[in-house]
Amino acid sequence: MANTPHLLVHDRRDNVGVVVVENLAAGTDMLCVVTEDNSELRAVNNQDVPIGHKVALRDLAVGDTVVKYGQDIGRVVAPIRKGDHVHTHNLKTKRW
Amino acid sequence: MKFPNRTIWGYRRENGRVGVRNYVAILPLDDISNAACEAVAAHIHGTLALPHAYGRLQFGADLELHFRTMIGTGANPNVAACVVIGIEPNWTQKVVDGIARTGKPVAGFWIEGNGDIATVAAASRKAKEFVHFASEKVREECPLTDVWVAAKCGESDTTTGLASCPTVGNMYDKLVPLGLYGCFGETSELTGAEHLAAARAVSPEIAAKFMQTWSAYQKDVIEAHKTSDLSDSQPTKGNIAGGLTTIEEKALGNLEKIGKKIKFIDVLTPAEAPARGAGLYFMDTSSAAAECCTLQAAAGYVVHCFPTGQGNVIGNPIMPVIKISGNPRTVRVMSEHIDVDVSGIVRREMTIDQAGDLMIDTIARTANGRFTAAEALGHREFVMTKLYRSA
Repeated sequence: MANTPHLLVHDRRDNVGVVVVENLAAGTDMLCVVTEDNSELRAVNNQDVPIGHKVALRDLAVGDTVVKYGQDIGRVVAPIRKGDHVHTHNLKTKRW
Repeated sequence: MKFPNRTIWGYRRENGRVGVRNYVAILPLDDISNAACEAVAAHIHGTLALPHAYGRLQFGADLELHFRTMIGTGANPNVAACVVIGIEPNWTQKVVDGIARTGKPVAGFWIEGNGDIATVAAASRKAKEFVHFASEKVREECPLTDVWVAAKCGESDTTTGLASCPTVGNMYDKLVPLGLYGCFGETSELTGAEHLAAARAVSPEIAAKFMQTWSAYQKDVIEAHKTSDLSDSQPTKGNIAGGLTTIEEKALGNLEKIGKKIKFIDVLTPAEAPARGAGLYFMDTSSAAAECCTLQAAAGYVVHCFPTGQGNVIGNPIMPVIKISGNPRTVRVMSEHIDVDVSGIVRREMTIDQAGDLMIDTIARTANGRFTAAEALGHREFVMTKLYRSA
């Protein structure tokens, strides 16, 4: 389907979204949908990203908070550019 | 589908509770009685042995939990009748007496002074009587909301928070106001969302009870035993492969399964039966699937909703476990494990509201007797929670 999203974002305040298609290749012009209100935006992913993994919606510096569900999910530990894969290499829990 | 009038065909037990399965359980009091129980189950068709690892030299709160789990399992409405076998008469009788309070047939046997062979012979005769009793039970029409439904998620990934957990949450939002008993747990796995969980308590008193339970788990279990941090264990390797990075992210997805509107009305200790009437309950449990499901079944829950992302295969011997997944790859490559495919949510082909209706329909069909994937595949994980080492 032409309007099948590549990326879902829970909340308008989020700075990351979740890849929901398999075999997403770097450089895809992604259709992103905010599930809260069904609004749409576009973004380009910088790397191949597996289904279920996160992509940054904006540049983030070390120490910044990553926001998902409109909530704090941890701190940035390596610089992130808009479109980058966000995972254990650049995001760490603030808890344990 | 009009939920307020939806009925299922269940077994109305002596105490009024509704069961959706009709087992004759052969329950060992302790680890060394497993062999006798398995011998009875091998001998008498239609019985189910429930072997486990514990029951000797436990003491204090850990022993109380053992008895609560044993009695609760035998008392569960999915069990029509129960044979208990232990090494000695005293603790065996304590479990028998606890189960007998439901009014269902139960009998105890002990091995000391008798030996395995005589014990198995006597227990087999009783088990055969119970099979005749149970096999004549007829299903009756009961309100869907008489089916107590627990939930716990496992091998979660980011699709769990997008699709499968909100599906269960939507079901609870629709059925709990109509009189359903619900239950969620996973104390450590709410870390990062504990403030949001506390805000879903029905009163400041219950919120404080929740925060006290969560803090005690952090202090007495996590902080007391962790080596570096829990990032190798929570999130699990499977969670990380599925895209979850931190415990906060995992917890926020986890909490989606209690819906958007309903409040939880009490905090239960592990395996404690709810006692404040219909509503959603939080139970203090491990986040390990088999431990959590075993505790929820022992509290009296008869159907379980289990959202999974990467594909946890858990089942329970007495409580059907329904698997829900919204991960398009998992529903394809592990299709035999998934009862409810909600991957249409991430493609925007299915709404959460539609998925919640599908969940309710699957609960009703499961209650009517449809085997879950885990039942068909023979998953019977029965795992006791142990609080500390035995004496």
